Amino acid sequence: MKRKRLNNLIVHVLLIFSVLVVAAPILLAFIFSTQTPAQIFSYPPRFTFGTAMLENYSIAWNQFHLGVYMKNSFYIAIAVTVGKTIISFMAALALVYFRFPLKGAVFTFILLTLMMPTEIMIVALFDLVTKLGWSNSYAALIVPFLASATGTFLFRQQFLQIPTSLVDAAKIDGAGPLRFAWAILLPMSLNVVAAMAVIQFVYMWNQYLWPLIIIREGNRQVVQVGLRMMTSGQDATNWGIVMAGAIIALLPALVVFLLLQEQFSRGFALSQEK
Amino acid sequence: MDTHAAYKSRWLPWVLLLPSFVILILFLYYPTIETFVLSLYQVAFLGLSKSFVGIENYKILFTDPEYLQIFKNTVVFAFFVVIFSMAVGLALSVLANQRVSGWRIYRLLLIWPYALSPAVAGVIFLFMFNPQSGIVNYLLTITLGIAPDWLTNPTLAMGLLVFVAVWKNVGYNVVFYIAGLQNLPGEVLEAALIDGATPWQRFWRVTFPLLSPMTFFLLIINTIYAFFEAFPFVDLLTKGGPSNATNILIFNIYRDGFEYYKTGMAAAQSVILFIAVVFLTILQFRVGEGRVHYGG
Repeated sequence: MKRKRLNNLIVHVLLIFSVLVVAAPILLAFIFSTQTPAQIFSYPPRFTFGTAMLENYSIAWNQFHLGVYMKNSFYIAIAVTVGKTIISFMAALALVYFRFPLKGAVFTFILLTLMMPTEIMIVALFDLVTKLGWSNSYAALIVPFLASATGTFLFRQQFLQIPTSLVDAAKIDGAGPLRFAWAILLPMSLNVVAAMAVIQFVYMWNQYLWPLIIIREGNRQVVQVGLRMMTSGQDATNWGIVMAGAIIALLPALVVFLLLQEQFSRGFALSQEK
Repeated sequence: MDTHAAYKSRWLPWVLLLPSFVILILFLYYPTIETFVLSLYQVAFLGLSKSFVGIENYKILFTDPEYLQIFKNTVVFAFFVVIFSMAVGLALSVLANQRVSGWRIYRLLLIWPYALSPAVAGVIFLFMFNPQSGIVNYLLTITLGIAPDWLTNPTLAMGLLVFVAVWKNVGYNVVFYIAGLQNLPGEVLEAALIDGATPWQRFWRVTFPLLSPMTFFLLIINTIYAFFEAFPFVDLLTKGGPSNATNILIFNIYRDGFEYYKTGMAAAQSVILFIAVVFLTILQFRVGEGRVHYGG
């Protein structure tokens, strides 16, 4: 019993240490985001809150336009999250609940796109989107991401776990496929919807390379690239303001993640394994 | 398998699939094919003229020492990122999976960097590792009396990139490993316990083999992460320097494609990366389907 106690204590100590290592960079960034340049460059460094919190955050928000970029990031993240969820749900509905020719081929066709991350084709995608006349537009940041194998796959896995007796019962009651999808399937798949919401929102919120290339006009840029712009004036970087920008930029994705992390851990990790 | 397929309709499934088809064909299949095509061309500035050069771009890729260096960097970077983020992820998961109180909170506090963007991590580490005003060199000075120049020493710069990428990615592995650990068949572990196996033996002889499908899945996912998601780290921290020591493929594709306007070369490098991903994915399906220790 004593030995078990000691073991537990060691595990706790190790875990607390790891948790602190994980959190340290963000905690430090938050502390420095409240300091003036003089406080940041003081030696030894000060690990207490400084006096420039409001100033740093307001400069990051207004002068470095993070406010505008945040709004853009919100638009694209929400549009893609909603759009992709609906489109994947529809595709999975067809794949699971309908009998039609070439079904296996269709599923493979969708699954193969797992091997095609956007980054791999940025050169050609840039050409295409430019020819479509979409550069500097939200469309360029939204439309290419509206469908995904991951989403279709997650919904398909979920549907396959729902007993077939439900769909048979629905049919006997005279419910068509769309009515069945809306009234029964969707409410039973909310865990996947939640997992999708986290994955897609975080994914879109954190987009960096593609917006960097396709958006050349300031007022359409996204927040992650906005951060890059804050550091590009290397020599006189006011790190307090940059850290304020980093904290602002990380909050929305973190909030979504914290709200839905239980569904994320269960829905995503488990269904991926199977 | 097809027992769920209760409905029959000539057109409705195709209508449901149409949006997916349009997006996937137009924005994934077509650009991928187009990348192959472009890799066979030499494209002049801003695409003003395009001339077919066959496999010339690939010849340059595999002979020019600068490109060979980039391949090497990519492999080194991916190797260390994958090894460290998986080993640390597994170790932390095993710890958090001990039946200690508050394991849910520990799990949350270990996995939340998943939601952070590489760009946020990048700028924060850029500041922390700043040789003059960064906190890391301050701590190293007072404890060890050293203040390394992180971004001008090739090995240190690569080490820093690996460190950031691992720090950011460990949480992802913890999510999956904890899920895997909780899905393990309890009977097997109990049997090992009754047989008097030490915790060390139990882990290596029972737990680790049972986790092998998860490990393999994560191996692929982590490699792909190291190939692609590392772009912001390189872009923000080192810009590929010093003297190309941290220039990895994804960064060089960006640079060739959008700074030097060598579209054909950028496309050829994309094709190489694409082949690597296809190879890994096929491997995952082969191994993942075959030798399986599914828990539940």
